[in-house]
Amino acid sequence: MLGTGILKGMLETAKNFAGSYHDPARLTTVEYPEQRIASKENARQFPFLVHDTEDPMKGLRCVACQICEKECPPQCIYIVKSKDKRADYKGQMQLYPVTFDIDLSVCMSCQICVEVCPFESIKMDTEFELSNTDRFGGLLVNKHQLAKSNDHYRKIHPSEAAASDAALAVEVAKAQAKAKADVEAKAKAAAEAKAKADAAAAATPVGAVPSAPQPSSPATGPAAAPAA
Amino acid sequence: MDAPANRTVQSVGQGREGELLEVAMGPQHPSTHGVFRMDVVLDGETVVKLKPVFGYLHRNHEKIAENTSYLGSMPYTDRLDYFCSLSNNWAYALSVEKLAGLQVPERAEYIRLITAELTRVLNHTCLAGFLLQDMGALGTPLMYAFREREKILDLIESLTGARMMCNYMRFGGCRCDLPPGWLDEAKKVVAEYPKFLDEFDALLSGNEILMARTQGVGKLSAELAISAGITGPMLRASGVDYDLRKVDNYGIYSRYPFRVPLGDHGDVYDRYMIRMLEMRESLKILEPALNDIPDGPVVDPKAKLRGFRPKPGEAYGRIESPKGELGFHLISDGSPNPYRYRVRPPSLINLTILEDMCLGQTIADAVITLGSVDIVLGEVDR
Amino acid sequence: MPLETLEQILARAGAAVPGAQLSLVKNDSPCAQHSLAVDVEHAYAVAQFLRDDPQLRLDYCSNVTGVDYLDAELSEKVKVKKLVDGVEKEVEEVKKTQRAGYLEAVYHLYSMALKHGPVILRQRTPGRADPVRVTSLTPLWRSAEFQEREVFDLYGVLFDGHPDLRRILMWDGFKDYPMRKDYVEPDDYEYEPTPHDEVLARAKAHQAAQEVGA
Repeated sequence: MLGTGILKGMLETAKNFAGSYHDPARLTTVEYPEQRIASKENARQFPFLVHDTEDPMKGLRCVACQICEKECPPQCIYIVKSKDKRADYKGQMQLYPVTFDIDLSVCMSCQICVEVCPFESIKMDTEFELSNTDRFGGLLVNKHQLAKSNDHYRKIHPSEAAASDAALAVEVAKAQAKAKADVEAKAKAAAEAKAKADAAAAATPVGAVPSAPQPSSPATGPAAAPAA
Repeated sequence: MDAPANRTVQSVGQGREGELLEVAMGPQHPSTHGVFRMDVVLDGETVVKLKPVFGYLHRNHEKIAENTSYLGSMPYTDRLDYFCSLSNNWAYALSVEKLAGLQVPERAEYIRLITAELTRVLNHTCLAGFLLQDMGALGTPLMYAFREREKILDLIESLTGARMMCNYMRFGGCRCDLPPGWLDEAKKVVAEYPKFLDEFDALLSGNEILMARTQGVGKLSAELAISAGITGPMLRASGVDYDLRKVDNYGIYSRYPFRVPLGDHGDVYDRYMIRMLEMRESLKILEPALNDIPDGPVVDPKAKLRGFRPKPGEAYGRIESPKGELGFHLISDGSPNPYRYRVRPPSLINLTILEDMCLGQTIADAVITLGSVDIVLGEVDR
Repeated sequence: MPLETLEQILARAGAAVPGAQLSLVKNDSPCAQHSLAVDVEHAYAVAQFLRDDPQLRLDYCSNVTGVDYLDAELSEKVKVKKLVDGVEKEVEEVKKTQRAGYLEAVYHLYSMALKHGPVILRQRTPGRADPVRVTSLTPLWRSAEFQEREVFDLYGVLFDGHPDLRRILMWDGFKDYPMRKDYVEPDDYEYEPTPHDEVLARAKAHQAAQEVGA
């Protein structure tokens, strides 16, 4: 009979209408901003820089290697390297970023900077309420705004952060083992040991100091070895 | 011009009987699915000429890709057809894998199949909603469709980290493994989805108004469809059995039996029904695939993330994206950036015969004919 | 896919279209999608043969790509026999050849009826100097219509026999062809305060040019 299809459809909308008062499957929206849906663990919005110490600027893991700047598809990262070096989390002397800016109005949250970073230093934040009245400057964030603690990272991405911490722990263990070996070697013969340490230092990854790594004193501070 | 005192109010069209009227529909028009323009010449309400105008969203995606590394183009492919970023990712990854000869681990193949089929369900759900919206069923079907779409988007977000701009596939696999509990969630969504399809069918598929409005409208013959390179559900609605999942056997589609729905008339109603049926077939693939997925790595350990330089050569890879055949033609000269990067956009090519389908019909039918083509302007304009 | 080899297709197409200059273009990538290059004059006849031949029936033109090759110096390593210290030896030499630049339209053809493919057809222009012309295959495959328009729009290749050759993605008053490899962006730069040095340098140069112009 003509019209049955329409009536069937109306019945369906009536069911949905009645259901929207009591059935959670029909009631899918929440009243933002009073109510919020919990963020997914994998969720990503914009990048931030991880730091390990109390003072965010001293503990930045970033060594200004500029890989993320190069790989970023829309070119929204801008880094200026430091002239001097300072000890990183495992006591190795590294450069650090004097300027680290991300233009969030250009960033497309693709996470490629996180994937290419060899130092576990840039990660994705879940903060999304970034509205700003300044169209350009307000979304151009510097390293002070970008720096967030490792605890924050552990809070927003627990399992990812655990993997990252484990990877760093392995690195630290390696560095300590090497430092120990170096000290023992030093005790044997000072002159020979120095040559060996130089060779070992030369074999360490990007940004390593070509001269003595000073492994026994990790807290030398940033002013310890001015770069040539 | 006459002095104001001599002017009288005239009704629109007075003294203009038999004259043609030229209307620019768009670029800001709710029924053009984005910034798309149709220059329509009307005789009364009948379309006598229709010229599509593109380029309002043109950003020269291909040029950008030629200035970016192979990996750097991956997030840009998300933005082609922003409903189906995962199948775009797959098409691009597949082409680069052809170009560089990379192998994909078993588990990654399963994840790709699952995500691509979820994307197909998601796209067809939205399309059904939009098409009904174009027909004047304001709101209700679209909101029902979006409610279900949200469930799949939640799955995609917990897997890839983003709802729409997933950037998930990598050359030789996928970016990360499934999070714990994801498969159970996905099984739940897939198991409950037929209920929604039944509801949607009860709501609309038998609706007399819908039938009267769509049957016999926007007809496309099989010969013209083949010649015009129409692909996807639109081609199959015209009765041509050509589904790349069967023809090319890419991925692991050969392991799962599914049927390819075909239409008889090639009209708007057939295109709508093909999509409703395809969703059910996709769910038939998803159900066993979610159970069969093996353990293992999700990315080929030999695949390099940085410093990826395929040897000189070229490759054309294509997949059956929800909208049709999505292909990437890549030419490498051995440098880190592609020498030539070409997207074969199904949305654009499916619009080739828009004029043929709309001529002689009323302007309101042109709107639903365009709706049934299923375009996304991010892909049309690139 | 039950498709004869490209050499066989080439031989049969050459026999069917007398005077056509066909050649095989090798593709070194692992997928080994080799292609057929055809001269512009006989492209239509060869394409028609490919479409109508009962064994091939390539009724579906999937993709049309425009490619730009600049003038280039190609260097390849060649093994040459030479007398070295009175003994004949094989020595590797780098042979340099000048290649004139050209533009190319690449067609990926499939068969929906017989479900095979692709057969890749390339039309190359003799040079890069405007006007560059190739033959339009739109009369054979409607699907080439928008794609050839796009190649015209972005590369400036003229397609003889195209029913409606207009710009498609760029606007009508646009002058240049943006996908060409030697395309230079116009200096219509808008300054936006990003921190990149190059952006600032560009903004500065642009402002200086504006002042000189004014």
